[in-house]
Parts: sequence; structure tokens; C-alpha cells
Amino acid sequence: MLDSLGLLGFGDGGWAEALLSAALVTLLLSIAGFMVGSVIGALAASARVSGSRPLGLLADAYSTVFRGVPDLLTIYLLYFGGSMALTAVGHWFGAEGFVGLPAFATGTTAIGIISGAYQAEVFRGAYIAIDRGQIEAARAYGMPPALMLRRVIAPQLMRHAIPGLGNGWQLVLKDSALISVIGLVELMRQAQIGAGSTREPFLFYTAAAALYLAIASTTGLLFKRAERRALRGFRRV
Amino acid sequence: MDFAFFAEIVPKLLAGLPLTLELAGTSILLGGILALTLALAQRLRQPWIDWPIRGFVALFRGTPLLVQIFLIYYGLGQFRLTLQELGLWGLFREPYWCAILALTLNTTAYGSEILRGAMQSVPIGQIEAAQAFGMTRLMTLRRIVLPIALRQALPSYGNEIILMVKGTSLASIVTLMEVTGIAQGIISQTYRAVEVFVCAGAIYLILNFIITRTLGRLEHNLSRHLRPASGFATSPT
Repeated sequence: MLDSLGLLGFGDGGWAEALLSAALVTLLLSIAGFMVGSVIGALAASARVSGSRPLGLLADAYSTVFRGVPDLLTIYLLYFGGSMALTAVGHWFGAEGFVGLPAFATGTTAIGIISGAYQAEVFRGAYIAIDRGQIEAARAYGMPPALMLRRVIAPQLMRHAIPGLGNGWQLVLKDSALISVIGLVELMRQAQIGAGSTREPFLFYTAAAALYLAIASTTGLLFKRAERRALRGFRRV
Repeated sequence: MDFAFFAEIVPKLLAGLPLTLELAGTSILLGGILALTLALAQRLRQPWIDWPIRGFVALFRGTPLLVQIFLIYYGLGQFRLTLQELGLWGLFREPYWCAILALTLNTTAYGSEILRGAMQSVPIGQIEAAQAFGMTRLMTLRRIVLPIALRQALPSYGNEIILMVKGTSLASIVTLMEVTGIAQGIISQTYRAVEVFVCAGAIYLILNFIITRTLGRLEHNLSRHLRPASGFATSPT
């Protein structure tokens, strides 16, 4: 066991570079997926609070479905469904055979859709928590909606949303491991490759777990700092 | 809409439901007992108890469930000889028991934090009143702290149960043919991702709906004393 630790070193026969660059892919995939999720989540939340009944129901159905269905199933839907659609389009243009989707883009979309359902709830809760008087005051000043969003709603919304977004980020980071099933070489997949070719699964999955923990705790601190910053103008109760 | 196809795949998918329920039920039950044990142990405020528990919780909450399953199933498989000597190889050889172990430990980590938080939120006045009555610590725990804390924990624990039901889908990656595993099999045979997603997703959504409703009813019944007396009673729906 101890002699096999060399496998995690740098240089010849060491897997450190491979694991670290895979961890970087995990980080980039999670950031991209989280950002897509923020956009979808913000749109879904604004649909929920818009007062429009069809839009609200649609957004409600979206977040109920994708929070209730296993993430793995959503990933399969996007990967296989997307590839089928692409193959069909390819056929019209004369391409032969099965066209696979690029794994990083599919992974980002899948994580974005899953996380968006979660973030929609976070944003909606944060919007509801804003004091109505603030919005009325902004209207009374004659602020156009875009200005009101930027100066009044967004800063206060973020204050309420950051803790929830921090949770959402941790979920995204852990969900990103599932993207390994569609063949993207991120941390989980790289650990599988290492485990398979060296026959040291325990070592490689422990290393992967340690790297996930490291990413989770460092980024967790960043969210804590953002939370403090967003709260700097408020008295702590 | 191809109803014949739906009629064909629904029974196939439902055949995986018992396994999904078994995995979820066993791990939620065992995990619940362990979580309560850990939460109670932390009330003793002994550093030598607290630190290992905190480490365990951080480890299982900070790493993806998939890594945990692989670490237990493939990683521990490397120690076959030791496990054989201990007579545990029979368990660790089976993906079924490895999945249950991983799911159980995972939900133990999350559940213990939920229960610990709920016990902390029991108003101190309640405990002081119990002491003033001369109740022993054990009786205070049984009559005052646990009933209040468990009721308080119910909504968060409900979320955790839903997450576990969704989490059982990862067992399909270690070859267990529960609902998601069967869904993936049908998708890769027929390439009809959308139809399969709709059916498999509906099974999970119905399951989660039943769980949410049951827990909602339980919560309603447990908080009867917090509502106005008869005449104002509201139904749970």
C-alpha cells in the first residue's frame, strides 16, 4: 500500500498531473454549470413572481420535475436525447451514423438544468424576502425597472440568496462527478482510469475524495466571505 | 405519441421499483438510527466523541456519493484477504450491500446534522422547566427534547429522504438494476430517451409526492397543539 503512494507523485509513472488537471476540469465544469443554472434559475424565479399564470405554472413544473427526478436520469436524457437529435439533424445534411454530443457542453447543460431548478427556489425565496417598501420607494422615485433591478432589487436579493446559492454550489460540485458517466474525463473519471490501469482503486478513489473535499472547503470559504460582504451594511442579530 | 411503446416500457421500469424502494428504505431506516445516535452522542460534548463525528460528517458531506460508492465497492475490494479473514467479504463482494452501506453512511452524515441542529433549537426554557420539575436527563430527553426536536426536524428530514430516493439511482452504476438502471438500459437499446425519461421520471415524482404528502400529514398531526382549537382547524391539503 505504502509503495503504491508513489503512483500519486509527479513525473514518470505518477498520476498527480492527470488528477490535478482532471480536478481543474471538475472545477470548470461546475463553474460553467452553476452559471448556466443561475441564468435558468433567475429566469424561472422571475416567471414565478411575474404574476403571469401560464409562465408561473411552467416554472413551477420545471423546478418540481428536475428537483424530483434523479440527476442521473436527467443526464441520460440530455446526453442520449441530445445525441439522437443531433444525429437526426446530421442525417439531413448527409452525415452518416451516430453523432455524439461534446461531453463538456452536455455536462454543463445538464448541471445547469438541474441546478437551475434548485436556484429558482433560492432566488424566489430571496425576492419574497425583500421589503415591499423598498420596491415601492424605488417606483415612487420614478426608477425605470432596469435601474430598480440593478440598484434596489439585486443587491438586497443577493444578500438573502447567497447562503442558498452556497448550498447550491456544493450540490453542483458533487453532481459534476455524475458527468463521468457520459465519458467526460473529470476528476471522477480520471480516478476510474487510474484505478483501472494500476489496480489500486482504494488509493485513487481516496485521492479523488480528498481533492473533492479540498475544492468544496476552499470554495465554501469564498462563499462565506461573499456572505459577509453582502451583509456588511447590516447589523447581525 | 406512441402509446404502445409506453405500455411496453412502464412494466419494465416498474420491475425496478422494488429494488429502488429496498435500497432507499433500508438506508433511510439504518441511516436514521445511526444519525440519531450520532446526534445524541454529540450532546455529551466530549471532544474525543465530537472530533471523529465531525470528521465523518465533513467527509461524507463534502464528497460526491458516487465517489463514496466506488470507494466502498471497488476500493475496499482491494483488501479482499483482510475482509475474508474478518468474514466480511461476503458483504463487500455484493454491489447491493456496498450500495446500501454507502447510502446509509451518506444519509447518516446529513441526517445527524439535521437532528443535531433540531435538538439545539429546543428552547432552553423547556429544558430548564423539565429540570425544575426534577426530571432526570434521560427523561428530559425522552419527554421534552426529542419530541420537540423530531417535530422540528421533520421538514428538513423529509428533504433528505427525497434526496436518498434520488440517490438510489447511483446504484445502477455498480450494476444494480433499479429504476434508473433499467431506464438507461432501455434508452441505449431503443434510443428513445425522452419517452423513457418521462416514464421513469414519473415513477420518481409519484414516489416523492407520496413521501411529501405522508410527511406533511404527519407534521400536521404532530403540530395539532400549535393550531387554534376546533372550528378553525385547517386541512393539510
